[in-house]
Amino acid sequence: MLIPIKWLKEYVDIEGLSVRELSDGLTLSGSHVDSIINLNKGIKNVVVGRILSLTSHKDADNLKIAQVDVGSNVVQIVTGALNIRTGDLVPIALDGAVLPGNKRIEDTIIRGQASQGMMCSYEELGVEDKLVPKESKNGILILTSEFELGKDINEVLGFDDSILDIEITFNRPDCLSILGIARESAATFEKDFKFPEIEILKPEDEIGQYLKEVRIDSIDLCTRYYAKVIKDVKIGPSPLWLQRKIMDAGMRPVNNIVDATNYVMIEMGQPLHAFDLEKMDGRKVIVRAARDGETILTLDKEVRQLSSDMCVIADQENAQCIGGVMGGFESEITENTKLIIMECANFNSKSIRFTSKKLGLRSEASSRNEKALSPQNVSYANERVCQIIEQIGAGTIVNGHYDVGITDFDEKTVMMRPYKCHELLGVSIDTDKMLKILNSLELESRIEGDVIVSKIPHFRPDIEQEVDLIEEVGRIYGFEKIQPQALKGDILKGTRSDLANMEESIKNYLSGIGFYEITTYSFISPKKYAMLNISEKSDLFRDIRIINPLGEDFSSMRTTLLPGVMDVVSKNINYGNKSGMLYEVGNVFRSEKIPVIDLPQEIRTLSMAMYGDTNYYQMKGVVDNIMKQYQIDVEYVSVKDNPSYHPGRTADIYHNDICVGVLGEIHPSVAKKFDIKEKVYTTELNVETILSLQTTERKYAEIPKFPSITRDMALVIADQFEVGEVIKEVNSKSYEFLEKVEFFDMYKGKGIDEGFKSLAFSFVFRSKNRTLNDEEINQIFNNIVTDLQNRFNAKLR
Amino acid sequence: MEQKLIGIQRDVLMQIEQVDNIKDLENIRVQVLGKKGELTSLLRAMGSLSPEERPLMGKIANEVREVINQRIEEAKASISIKQQELDLIEEKIDVTIPGNFVSLGHRHPLMQVKKELEDLFLSMGYDVVEGPEIDTVENNFDDLNAPEDHPSRDKTDTFYITENLLLRTQTSPVQIRTMKSRKPPIRIVSAGRTFRFDDVDDTHSPMFHQMECLVVDKGVTMANLKDSIDKFVKTLFGENMKTRFRPHNFPFTEPSAEVDVSCLKCMGTGCDACSFTGWSMELLGCGMVHPNVLRNCGIDPDIYSGYAFGMGIDRVTMVKYGLSDIRLLFDNDIRFLEQF
Repeated sequence: MLIPIKWLKEYVDIEGLSVRELSDGLTLSGSHVDSIINLNKGIKNVVVGRILSLTSHKDADNLKIAQVDVGSNVVQIVTGALNIRTGDLVPIALDGAVLPGNKRIEDTIIRGQASQGMMCSYEELGVEDKLVPKESKNGILILTSEFELGKDINEVLGFDDSILDIEITFNRPDCLSILGIARESAATFEKDFKFPEIEILKPEDEIGQYLKEVRIDSIDLCTRYYAKVIKDVKIGPSPLWLQRKIMDAGMRPVNNIVDATNYVMIEMGQPLHAFDLEKMDGRKVIVRAARDGETILTLDKEVRQLSSDMCVIADQENAQCIGGVMGGFESEITENTKLIIMECANFNSKSIRFTSKKLGLRSEASSRNEKALSPQNVSYANERVCQIIEQIGAGTIVNGHYDVGITDFDEKTVMMRPYKCHELLGVSIDTDKMLKILNSLELESRIEGDVIVSKIPHFRPDIEQEVDLIEEVGRIYGFEKIQPQALKGDILKGTRSDLANMEESIKNYLSGIGFYEITTYSFISPKKYAMLNISEKSDLFRDIRIINPLGEDFSSMRTTLLPGVMDVVSKNINYGNKSGMLYEVGNVFRSEKIPVIDLPQEIRTLSMAMYGDTNYYQMKGVVDNIMKQYQIDVEYVSVKDNPSYHPGRTADIYHNDICVGVLGEIHPSVAKKFDIKEKVYTTELNVETILSLQTTERKYAEIPKFPSITRDMALVIADQFEVGEVIKEVNSKSYEFLEKVEFFDMYKGKGIDEGFKSLAFSFVFRSKNRTLNDEEINQIFNNIVTDLQNRFNAKLR
Repeated sequence: MEQKLIGIQRDVLMQIEQVDNIKDLENIRVQVLGKKGELTSLLRAMGSLSPEERPLMGKIANEVREVINQRIEEAKASISIKQQELDLIEEKIDVTIPGNFVSLGHRHPLMQVKKELEDLFLSMGYDVVEGPEIDTVENNFDDLNAPEDHPSRDKTDTFYITENLLLRTQTSPVQIRTMKSRKPPIRIVSAGRTFRFDDVDDTHSPMFHQMECLVVDKGVTMANLKDSIDKFVKTLFGENMKTRFRPHNFPFTEPSAEVDVSCLKCMGTGCDACSFTGWSMELLGCGMVHPNVLRNCGIDPDIYSGYAFGMGIDRVTMVKYGLSDIRLLFDNDIRFLEQF
């Protein structure tokens, strides 16, 4: 909300406060000043002049020579402007003038004619293009009011002022107005606030003569409608003071009537709408819900499709306005308009928001109407605008008004216990001080027994209960004045959940061995499942969808972390990063029922990917270590039919019959869909399963006192057998003294028959009680060899 | 014989002088003192001496042996020192060649900041709790006292899964979940993913991260809130950091405030980055838990009060590391990640 300080000062006595003091004070009492706009742009020696004559330049067709009276003398100015006429009042930059941006103007000669300065446009005086009134657009600024010739333009245009840009919170639509901020200023600085005196001096006739009926058919869409009629309307530009005020508040002047409504909207926060009474069929105003399929041509010459949840202002036949959002083209005020209806109404804020969003129409009016405005303000605002129109001579106000809908308002009171105020704020404030603060906010308050009782004025519907009054006291007293106090109570020790601790410990491990953590969105494109070759029958394909996503690419709650990780791998290869070890810990979303009804399952999942100079076994080593870390015995079961993975290089990871995750090389066809030419190894582990299987308990095992004996074996064995099977076989037999068996090499090729491979194992034997001798170990080792030869039909190499 | 012994000693000592390596010294030792050595064989001949001469010769022979032995050891020591010096020269390397890099991993900057913040509050006695990313309208809006017509509920602001389920727009539903499942005293911090209907630009992302704290107990005041935030901000950004509490409006707190901290560029003196105010805007939002929220969770606001505050982790991360584009955080370029 833009608040020109001079305008603000009309309602609150804040003379003597610097702009900075005003801005800081308001910010700290809750009206956050986002920025301060200084209107003084360093303009010097630009004055008001009257064009006495305009003659053409004999040597240039598109130039004119103007004689301009600037008070002290008459100057000659050569100009190319098209919008000026003899008699116009315009700003003249005299010799030695300075314009915004430190642009200097000097006497010069243009095509042989002396030019003693320059006529200025609004833009040249530093006014934003979008605020410039029509008559001065693309041309010289034509002053619409009389001023003394030679008067400094800074004074004329009010450039000796600053504007506060204030952020207004959702609960305070009353502050979307100069009066609202004036009330806040009065309370903040302990100054007097004055509401403008509203009086219509010379009303004529009776409203019934012009307007037959006003009625509300849809009270749920419009709770109060207050109409006035203005006759003998003379449409034209507004006087300069009015134009300048609304320009400083961020609105472009249009004509005297529209400017007056905007003026009151800015002043009081209540939107108004004026339209041509003679265009209203049957001279009736009917506020009703739009009919399904009804259309209206709006001010911006667009045909709008309406629906029954929108409010329209209609004559006896057709919708003429979209209530509270935008006027209709038909009933728009034009230069020929003589008789107007001035509408001021209280609309259903939700319906307004819906309508303006649905139609893609957002205006200063709709942005106010979509908030909870005071229905009581409606009458004040309408009388006020009529007063302004009378004052600027734009028309004659007709006696009387229509006021329909809800016009009786209950008085609301809220009570506050002073001790509760102390308790909540943690500061002791005198009851008298509390009363003073509340009264300064126009919350008429008095003590009744132990409590303060406040009457809530119509413009403060946000105050509903005790705590709201406490906040009012606190913010005007100043949060700054509340001294920090340490929390009382026991010193507690904070805890993290087991799951969070486990996540943390996995992340530490992965960081330690060189993995980079990534963060990807929880929603992905549903196309990614197909890119992973995931079958439509798979659970992973049964995803949860967002009903209003930003786009299809962000519409599916991921059922696996793999797509995100693959996208990141692909991107990094593209960036020229030659190798990568990446991981993400995040939730995947699953639901028994699709579409979901209840909260779905969110499963904490770890996904890792490696590419570059690496292989399956490096990825597996990482998983091995994680499992070792949490003391989980797992088996890797070869998987041929996981469509995302290489059929010969993939394993499901099992603890007994519980699946912990999957590990493998991404299927080349999947990699290709992600634009990846190289091999990518990935793992996806269920962190919650790891948590449930882990054993944190650790017991000391005695460090062996006696030496071990090691025997190596190279076994030639058919390709179909896997190392894991051999080790499992050995371990299943409990050979005496065998401490462990480890695989260390595999060989295929020369010397080994086709279809066979040589596997090398190392066997470590040890006794707890004595040093073993070679003979006894040889015997056991030979047994192992024989057993394995028999079991796998293998040969010693 | 004595002459012979002295002759051996003289000859051997001369030999030792000339030797420059340990191997030759060992050879000398063997030649002279070994089983078949010169001295040994000479001593064997001692049997032919008279009983008077024998002890005398024995003494001299032992002295000779000792002198030779000692000299050999000395020579050895000096040779090995010389050798070591030679070796040291020989082993010189270029110490400026880049070290063999043992690659460490990197935590994502957002996750690092999240952990730092959580740890900070853990040390202040807050429990770290988590909530789901998909939550109910009840937890995310209704029980948090969001007005029924609040624009944040619109489908243009919030992602919905069904009419009743949504992607949480804030971490505040965790407050509701906590207050409904625990009895005061409550002291929690919760951080995680949050979602809003925002197109991606330099400072917006449809997914971002928030962190928030909730304290509910008897006699909790706004003065306590100010104290906690002061401590938190000073720990996070340093002792010089000042805070400013500006009244604001949030549906779930009353009174509510936004907290500005000193401008990180000028530390409060005023510069172009802070429009010469000295304040860097809106680090966090805070307030006293609204009595309606307490009531919604079955806590009597006449007995208990509480405060809550929350902030954007992404924003803190961006301020902390000087990032101007939030997209960097979700692009996961290795060259970006390895900087943290």
